[in-house]
Amino acid sequence: MEQSSAIRLENVTKTFGSVVANKDICLDIRYGEILSLLGENGSGKTTLMNMLSGIYFPDSGTIYANGEEVSIRSPKDAYDLNIGMIHQHFKLVDLFTAAENILLGTHKGKKDNLQTVVTRIREICDEYGFEVDPYQKVYNMSVSQKQTLEIIKVLYHGAEILILDEPTAVLTLQETRRLFHVLRNMKAAGKAIVIITHKLNEVLEISDRVSILRRGEYIDTVETKDATELSLTEMMVGKKVSLDIARPETEKKLPLLELRNLTIKNDEGNLAIKDVNFYIRGGEILGVAGIAGCGQKELCETIAGLRKPERGMMIHQGEDISTMSPKEILNKGISMSFIPEDRLGMGLAPSLSITDNMILKTYSEGHSPFVNRKKGRSEAEAVIQNLGVVTPSTETPVRRLSGGNVQKVLLGREIKSGPNVIITAYPVRGLDINSSYLIYDILNQQKLNGVGVLFIGEDLDVMLSLCDKIMVLCHGEVMGIVNAANTTKEELGLMMTGAINLTKERTTETKKPGIAPDSYIEEGDK
Amino acid sequence: MSHYGSTKEPLIRIVKRDGLKSWIGWLIRAGAILAALLICALFVFTITKLNPLEVYESMTKGAFGTTRRMWITFQDTALLLCVALGLAPAFKMKFWNIGAEGQILVGGISTAACMIYLGDVLPLWLTIIIMVVASSLSGALWGLIPALFKSKWGTNETLFTLMMNYIAIQLTAFFVALWENPVGSNTVGVINLRTRGGWLPEIGSNRMVSPYVLPVLIVLGLTVFMFFYLRNSKQGYEISIVGDSENTARYAGMNVKKIVLRTMLLSGGICGLAGFINVAGVGHTISTNVAGGRGFTAIIVAWLAKFNSFVMIFVSLLLIFLEKGASQIASDYGLNNEASEIMKGIILFFVLGSEFFINYRVIFRKNKKEEEPNA
Repeated sequence: MEQSSAIRLENVTKTFGSVVANKDICLDIRYGEILSLLGENGSGKTTLMNMLSGIYFPDSGTIYANGEEVSIRSPKDAYDLNIGMIHQHFKLVDLFTAAENILLGTHKGKKDNLQTVVTRIREICDEYGFEVDPYQKVYNMSVSQKQTLEIIKVLYHGAEILILDEPTAVLTLQETRRLFHVLRNMKAAGKAIVIITHKLNEVLEISDRVSILRRGEYIDTVETKDATELSLTEMMVGKKVSLDIARPETEKKLPLLELRNLTIKNDEGNLAIKDVNFYIRGGEILGVAGIAGCGQKELCETIAGLRKPERGMMIHQGEDISTMSPKEILNKGISMSFIPEDRLGMGLAPSLSITDNMILKTYSEGHSPFVNRKKGRSEAEAVIQNLGVVTPSTETPVRRLSGGNVQKVLLGREIKSGPNVIITAYPVRGLDINSSYLIYDILNQQKLNGVGVLFIGEDLDVMLSLCDKIMVLCHGEVMGIVNAANTTKEELGLMMTGAINLTKERTTETKKPGIAPDSYIEEGDK
Repeated sequence: MSHYGSTKEPLIRIVKRDGLKSWIGWLIRAGAILAALLICALFVFTITKLNPLEVYESMTKGAFGTTRRMWITFQDTALLLCVALGLAPAFKMKFWNIGAEGQILVGGISTAACMIYLGDVLPLWLTIIIMVVASSLSGALWGLIPALFKSKWGTNETLFTLMMNYIAIQLTAFFVALWENPVGSNTVGVINLRTRGGWLPEIGSNRMVSPYVLPVLIVLGLTVFMFFYLRNSKQGYEISIVGDSENTARYAGMNVKKIVLRTMLLSGGICGLAGFINVAGVGHTISTNVAGGRGFTAIIVAWLAKFNSFVMIFVSLLLIFLEKGASQIASDYGLNNEASEIMKGIILFFVLGSEFFINYRVIFRKNKKEEEPNA
C-alpha cells in the first residue's frame, strides 16, 4: 500500500556563512510510516529538521505539505501545519507539573483548563501506551519521562507529523524499547514519524525507510528491509569501511591508579559517586558505562583534582593524590579529557587559536614572563599533521573547527604530554565514523604503550569491542566490573538500570561467569 | 501557486557571518563613519541651513586648529585612553568592571592629599613617586573589593563596581569640603597655585606644548606595556583563558580566584593612575567631576578596539575629536550643546551599528517571480 505524502522537500538548501549545511535536499515523509534520517555528525540532519519546525528558513528550495507548497516562517507556522518536533534538549518548565507544562503551550481562544488537559493526557496515554502522571512535577521526572511528556505535548497540540531528534541518545536499552513501542503505535494510528539517529541498529529496528545525508548532501533513500549496517555505513561515509574495532592483547601490568571507597558530592550537595572501588592497570582500557549523569562527570573531575572527594583515597603509583591540586596531578602524568555536550566546555578555550590551546597545560613552564608560542605552534603543526586535523592554519580559533577536529586537537594535546593514565569521557561524542575509528586507534596505541585508559562512553557496542573491562555505574554506585569479552549488551543494560547488581550478588557467593576477577578489589589484591 | 499568500519568504532574515576578511570589516567601519557624516550633514543643513562642510571644518579647527588645541586634544585622548587601558584586562577576563569612575576618583583623592600635605615639603621627584604609588594603590583597592566579594561570596561584579562609584563620589565630596579653599567656595581650587608643589613637570620650552607632553608620554608607555602584557605575557594568557572558559582554566590548573584578584588589582591600579594624571598633571585640583564620565566612555573604547591597545588610541582620538569639535561648532554657530550632542550620537550610533553588519548579513526577500520566470 502506498501511503500519502505528508511533507515533501525539493532541492532545499541552507548555508551558514561559508558553511553549506544542506544542499539540494529532497525528502519525502509519508503518513503511517517511520522514516530514519541517517548521517554523520555535521551532515545537516538537525538543520534540515529545524527548517521543518520553523526555526531556520531555507535559502532556496520548496516545501510541500499535503501536496501544497508552503512556507514555514516560524514555529507557529509549523504548529499550524501539525508538525511537532521533539528536540534533544527538552523545553519544559521544571517547577510545573506535566499537565501545567502542556497547558502552558495552548493557544488563546482554545477553551483549555487544567481538568480538560489532564483528561486529554490520559486519553493520549491510553491510545498509544504512554505512562505519565499528569500531576508529577517535571523536576521529579527521569530523562525518559521528560521525553515522553514532550511527545505527549506535541500530540496534544494535534501533531500529525512528529520529528524526533536523537531521542535514544539519553535512554537506556530498556527505555529505548519502550519508546519504540509507542512509536509503532503512533505509526499504526497513521502519524508520519521522522527519527534522527546515528545508531545503525536502531535504524534497522524501527524504520520503514532510511534517508541518508552526507556532508549536507542528499545521498539516497532506501527501504530498511533491503539495508544492512554495512550498506548504510558505506552510504553514510561514502566509501568501504570495516566496522571492527581492534582490541590488541597487552601484557597486564600493575595497577597505575586505584580508587578506594571514593565518595563524591555533586554541585547540589547530593552524593554523585557512592563508595566506589576500582583500579586501572597499565596497558588496559577500562570502560565506564552508565546512563548520562550518573556520576561520570564528578568522577572525572575528582580524578583530575578539580573536585575534592568526601571520603576515600585515590592512589597513583603508591601515592595518595586525593588531596593534591589539579596542577600536581597533571605533573603526575594523569591526563583527563572530558567532552561535554557542547564539546567545548572543558579542556579548550574556544575563542583562542589551536596554538594557544596547545600550550594550555605547559604555558607556565620556565622563568620568562612571556609565553612561548613558538613551541605551541610547532606542537600544533605536529598534531594537525599526525591526526589529520582539517584547519586553515594553526592560528584558527578552535570554535571555528568542526566537532571531530576539535576533539582531535584536545586528544592530541593530551597524548603529546606523554601521560601514564588517560581519563577520557565521551571522546567520540557526536563524531562521525571515520573520526571515531581514528580516536579508537589512538587509544589503542596508548594502551600498547603501557598507558592505563579510563574510557567513559555511551555506545555499548563500541565499549564491548574496545574495552578490556567494563565498569557499570548506576546512580553513582558500581553495579559490577565485567570482562568485556564475556558479557552482553543486555546484561550491561540491566546493570545500568540497577536491575542486576553484581557487587551485591557477590556477597551471596553466586559468581556469574564473565565477571572479571578484579570486580572485587579485595580479591584482586590477593 | 494557488496559495501564493502563504508561500512568502519572511521580509528580512538575519544570517550570521563567519570568517569575514578583516579588511572588509574595516571597510564596513569606514563606510559607517562616512554614512554617519552624511547623515550629520543632512541634519545640520535641514535644521540650521548651514553649509555642512563649513561645520565640519569648524569641528576640525576646534580639535586641531592651533598647536595648543591639538595638544589639549592629545592630552584628553590620553586621559580617556588610560582608563580604557585599565579596563581592558578586566573586560577581557569577562569581569564587568563598571567602576572605573570610582577608581579614578579615589586615585585622584590620594593624589590631591599628597599634593596638599607633601607637595611643599618633599622634593618633587619624591612627591611624584609617592603620588604614583598612593593613587594606583587606592585605585587597585577600589577594584579589589568587588573582586574579593565576588570570589568569596559570588556577588555580582557589575552592580558592585557600579555602586562603588557612588561611594567614591561621596568620599570625594567629603574631601572637597575638608580641603575647601577659599572657604565657602565649595571647591578645592588649584592646589599649590604659586609653589606648583606636586605638579607634574613640564617638558620643553614651548608653553603651548610643554604642560601636555608628560601625561601623553606616560599613557603611551602604558599602551605599549598593555599591548604586550595582554598578548605575550603568561598573565595575559591566563586572562584570556579565564575570560574564554573558566572551567578550562581550572582544568589547566590555574588558580582562577588569584587571577581574578590580580587582574582587578591591575585594572583598578591603572584607573587610579588615570586619576593621578588628571589631578597632578592636568587639573591640579580635585572635584567630583574629575572622572567626568570617562569611566563609562572608556568601556566603549576598550570593546570597540577589541582590547587591542593600539586600536584604542584611534578610538579614543575619534571620541575626543567629536567632543572638541562639538563644543567648537556650538560656539562658532551658536548651536546649543544639544545639536552637537546629536551629531556625536549619530556618529557613535553608526560606528557601533556597523559591528552588527560585520557579524551578520541581512537578506531581504527576493521577488520569486522575477527570479524564476518559468516557475
